[in-house]
Amino acid sequence: MAKLNVEWINPFIEATEEIIDTVAMIQVKRGNLALKKDSTVAYDVSGIIGITGEATGSIALSFPKKSALAVVSNFTGEDVIGIDNDTTDAIGELTNMIAGRAKKIFSEKNIKLKISVPNVVVGKNHSISTPKNAPSIVIPFESDAGEFAIQVSLMPSDKGKE
Amino acid sequence: MKIITVDDSSTMRRIIKNTLKRIGYGSDVLEAGDGKEALEVLSNNSVDLIITDWNMPVMDGLAFVKSIRSDSKYDDVPIIMVTTEAAKEDIITALKAGVNNYVVKPFTPDVLKDKIDTVLGKKD
Repeated sequence: MAKLNVEWINPFIEATEEIIDTVAMIQVKRGNLALKKDSTVAYDVSGIIGITGEATGSIALSFPKKSALAVVSNFTGEDVIGIDNDTTDAIGELTNMIAGRAKKIFSEKNIKLKISVPNVVVGKNHSISTPKNAPSIVIPFESDAGEFAIQVSLMPSDKGKE
Repeated sequence: MKIITVDDSSTMRRIIKNTLKRIGYGSDVLEAGDGKEALEVLSNNSVDLIITDWNMPVMDGLAFVKSIRSDSKYDDVPIIMVTTEAAKEDIITALKAGVNNYVVKPFTPDVLKDKIDTVLGKKD
């Protein structure tokens, strides 16, 4: 499996901290990074965005139900009682904002990436497909809204370079 | 003052509509989930301002803007792009396509009001 330099991970951590703080007014505390060997996510819902360009892979933003409801409620300013279409849509948009912010940080380092529209997967122990041989790094976060995590799976490549 | 907001996220359409109400532009807001749907809505409605996302399925915001700018009947309709695409080259691409102003998500009500006032010529 290829190695993934921490410089490919930090923009996603920075973007997650900034976006969750800005749109949901929730300060988060990052836990220890972990290399993940399977594609299963133990949480209840994930927003996933595909990445292409000078790296290929995906970023996923995953929540247990309790954290998802709290974060989405703060984000939308509305009461959220379950993981319905509105909740999954909001999680997709949060993932989109994080990926967009990370893309800008990479752009400032002259690394050009493209991001897809978000997909949202619901269900205990759902899977996130990742490129073959791409390392998946999980970064857990703690907050007053509860725990959540991002999973970054990226394979740097020469494709997309101008 | 009629505005159309185009975004595949129903959450963002709701947030934008609520923000428009807060800043005094929310009296008549149409919605569409992608560029193709927006063109259909616009075929039956005239608007004074278009607010569109970039990354959308079916027809994305850039293709939508190019389509609008190729039709002279929309020459006087300003377009604001509200998107997560914040890289400098993306903003240049959008402006070249015919976008009048650009807002990066997440945004504050003040930022959106400032951009709308600017494209409507209400700023000194």
